[in-house]
Amino acid sequence: MDFDPVFVSRLQFAFTIIFHIIFPTFTIGLSAFIATLCVMWMRTGREHYRVLARFWTKIFAVSFAMGVVSGVVLSYQFGTNWSRFSAVVGNVIGPMIGYEVLVAFFLEATFLGILLFGWNRVPPWLHTLAAITVATGTLMSAFWILSANSWMQTPAGYEMRDGIAYPLDWLAIVFNPSFPFRLAHMVTAAYLTTSFVVLAVGARYMLAGTHLEHARTMIRMGVAFAAIVAPLQLFIGDQHGLNTLKHQPLKIAAIESHWDGSQPGELVLFAWPDETAETNRFAVTIPHGASIMLTHSWDGLFPGLASVPPEDRPPVKPPFFAFRIMVGIGMLMILASWVGVVLWRRGRLFKAQWYLWPAQHAWWIGFVAVISGWVVTETGRQPWVAYGLLRTADAASPVAANAVATTLVLFVLVYGVVFTMGIYYINRLIARGPQDSAAEMLHSAPLAPSLSEVVPNGRDDRAGAGWPIRASVKPASVE
Amino acid sequence: MESYLPIIWAAIIGFAVAMYVILDGFDLGIGILFPFADRERDRDQMMNSVAPFWDGNETWLVLGGGGMMVAFPLANSIIQPALYVPVIVMLLALVFRGVAFEFRWIGVTSKRHWTFAFAAGSALAAFCQGLVLGGLIQGIDVRNGAFAGGTFDFATPFAMLCGLGLVAGYALLGATWLVMKTEGPVAEHSRRQAKLLLLVVLAFLAIVSVWTPIAFERIAERWFSLPNILFFWWVPAATLLAAFAAWRWLGSRRDVLPFLAAIAMFLLGYLGLLISNFPYLIPPSLTVWDTAAAPATQIFMLMGTLVMLPIIVSYTIFVYWIFGGKLREGEGYH
Ligand code: HDD
Ligand code: HEM
Ligand code: HEM
Repeated sequence: MDFDPVFVSRLQFAFTIIFHIIFPTFTIGLSAFIATLCVMWMRTGREHYRVLARFWTKIFAVSFAMGVVSGVVLSYQFGTNWSRFSAVVGNVIGPMIGYEVLVAFFLEATFLGILLFGWNRVPPWLHTLAAITVATGTLMSAFWILSANSWMQTPAGYEMRDGIAYPLDWLAIVFNPSFPFRLAHMVTAAYLTTSFVVLAVGARYMLAGTHLEHARTMIRMGVAFAAIVAPLQLFIGDQHGLNTLKHQPLKIAAIESHWDGSQPGELVLFAWPDETAETNRFAVTIPHGASIMLTHSWDGLFPGLASVPPEDRPPVKPPFFAFRIMVGIGMLMILASWVGVVLWRRGRLFKAQWYLWPAQHAWWIGFVAVISGWVVTETGRQPWVAYGLLRTADAASPVAANAVATTLVLFVLVYGVVFTMGIYYINRLIARGPQDSAAEMLHSAPLAPSLSEVVPNGRDDRAGAGWPIRASVKPASVE
Repeated sequence: MESYLPIIWAAIIGFAVAMYVILDGFDLGIGILFPFADRERDRDQMMNSVAPFWDGNETWLVLGGGGMMVAFPLANSIIQPALYVPVIVMLLALVFRGVAFEFRWIGVTSKRHWTFAFAAGSALAAFCQGLVLGGLIQGIDVRNGAFAGGTFDFATPFAMLCGLGLVAGYALLGATWLVMKTEGPVAEHSRRQAKLLLLVVLAFLAIVSVWTPIAFERIAERWFSLPNILFFWWVPAATLLAAFAAWRWLGSRRDVLPFLAAIAMFLLGYLGLLISNFPYLIPPSLTVWDTAAAPATQIFMLMGTLVMLPIIVSYTIFVYWIFGGKLREGEGYH
């Protein structure tokens, strides 16, 4: 069979990165949540928070492992599938990925060991510190990789010589025009997504009538955090869009499905964009709506898709529809979180079945919004991989299309298995629920008895070392 | 200054690769030894002995790969397409062995499957890394600064040999790690395995040392011409010495020393490879200078690396120390 190697490479990259981003979205948010719980545990000394933190840490471990293995795949795909990309822009993009490894990946991966396995081994303060370190590591990771991606969207601080990009000004490269907006939007998206997951798990326990005290904490934290962050996300997204209009006007034109730049833009609520006829079918619109939003004036003009020849246009349907899904979910989140706040004020939050039931089942909406957002961003910048300087079609490796297609099939199979099992296991952990220390000992039987049996007698080298940090400190709460 | 930069970078990447091979080497080795364990609870103990470390260990692979892209983008854009199949298969294998660390503890009926996934994933990843190594040594077809060969050019008997050799080598590291980190039946079993593996690894080293000078004239030239041989003769001698020491220490019930001797064997073998191939990054055509990134890029990255590497190494040691000491049977960090 004959495939277009560029096309299958794109398909493969899109598949593997969509798979990957699911996990960072969750681990960025969850690590911050766990760190918060650990800090509350330290400050109040309440076992309740420790149990919750420990419960979420198990789920975190599973998600993190999937994030790591899928991320390692991606970092190699730049070389395997986009080798001309790394040859042309490697001088600029390379260091950002390098810094991500040095300041973020090692940090999170190493301290993860303490976070996951240190419960009975290190004192609470060190454990809390490890949780904070992991959360910080995920943020730094987002910082660098989003800087790299933003540079590809809005390149700055470089010059082209003989078809290769050379760095001129690192500050301009790292803080390129779209980076601050993208960083803020993505990190907020991760926190928002996670708060809806936490809320969903809380609602699940509440409806099932189990783990009630934990459920109340989770519902409260989920609702309160989302109520603050969801409106914020609307604001950040709006600023992000205005900035994109300045640097990638055609992306905005595709998002709005705006063909004719000489007319004011109407706000298209729904339509079926027809790329050959260069028009929208079945359109439901608000006249002048887009002009008002984007230019803040009734008759404001902004570029239309028809202003460039078809081969320079991005595809219209993916950004158009994905954008509507993302914004729709964003609005839904604002609504849902504020309804929750109102119920809370009236003291009915934990009794309102009609509210908790949908909340229990809506854990996935944030992930869909994140993936949709990335589809907007990435398809909207086509046909460029590095905007204005390298076309996607020129970035692929000289690898046989069949090899790429075969490995794509393998990726789909392997990720399919891993993802299904991952979700299944996370569900099982949730079904098992948070466990207080007594139950914990039953489940991880080997650890606890051997420690209590070993510690008093002193244990070959460990107790001998006499270091307070490592000397199997039992948290005060394990009784 | 600028002509030294590529050398400095080659050293940094060489360091990352060596760290990876040793650290993830014993992790993967444990997976390779999985099928030969007697009981499921022995496997639990084996896996527990590396559970807190594997993620940090694997990150050195990302640093090696990322470092190539930073410092030698051209080489990166040639090597990776040329070794496309082994690299991708290795990544997929690492997916399985990585998630198995978590999934195996949660699965009840499916635990067996993740035991298998862990073992097969580790062995396959090690084998593919050997293929990559062999593929590099035997050379890549480069025209106009791009890979110009076929998908399966790498798959030669020599590369297969390197693959098997690396599997045995990692298993040796894993076995000596278990001697150091565990007690009871697992440690005793590993002690016996380590002795056997020592012999196997020596055999592979011997075959590779004979094969490469015969097959590749530049390597024969490098080692056997005067005065080179006067400088280099001690490398194979020291390797033998390390192997002998490991054998003795395994017999004399020392726990930590065999692991250190196995590491020494790996480092010496690695040094031998460097001697054979320096300064080529892609033998036999492209050197570190031909493929280096822009100096501005290498300098920018060097500043960060010189600051960060010592920090990374320190906290890595800290975490190994936190989880130091022996792991008894039935004991876990979970
Ligand atoms: C917004 C955040 C974000 C984005 C856009 C990406 N990643 Fe990622 N990545 C993370 C956030 C993250 C994370 C939060 O740091 C990790 C750690 C574990 C996890 O679940 O996600 C992660 C893990 C992770 C790892 C494993 C690190 C380790 O060993 O600990 C690698 C090699 C990559 N990623 C590489 C990539 C590449 C090449 C990307 C783009 C093409 C990419 N990631 C997009
Ligand atoms: C993390 C969330 C991300 C998602 C979900 C995502 C999604 C996608 C999608 C759907 C495509 C295919 C677009 C198309 O072919 O029309 C794509 C392409 C691509 N993206 Fe992203 N992307 C993400 C982040 C990044 C980052 C951080 C980088 C770089 C640092 C990046 C680099 C690329 C490259 C090189 C391509 C290939 C060119 C192409 O196919 O268009 N992406 N991505
Ligand atoms: C509520 C209104 C929202 C608006 C107006 C909005 C606006 C935007 C715009 C204009 C982009 C494209 C930017 C570009 O490519 O230049 C974008 C991307 C994105 N959106 Fe949204 N967004 C909203 C809500 C959300 C929500 C709720 C989430 C997730 C929970 C989300 C996640 C993302 C992500 C992950 C991207 C891709 C990364 C990026 O470019 O920042 N967005 N958004």
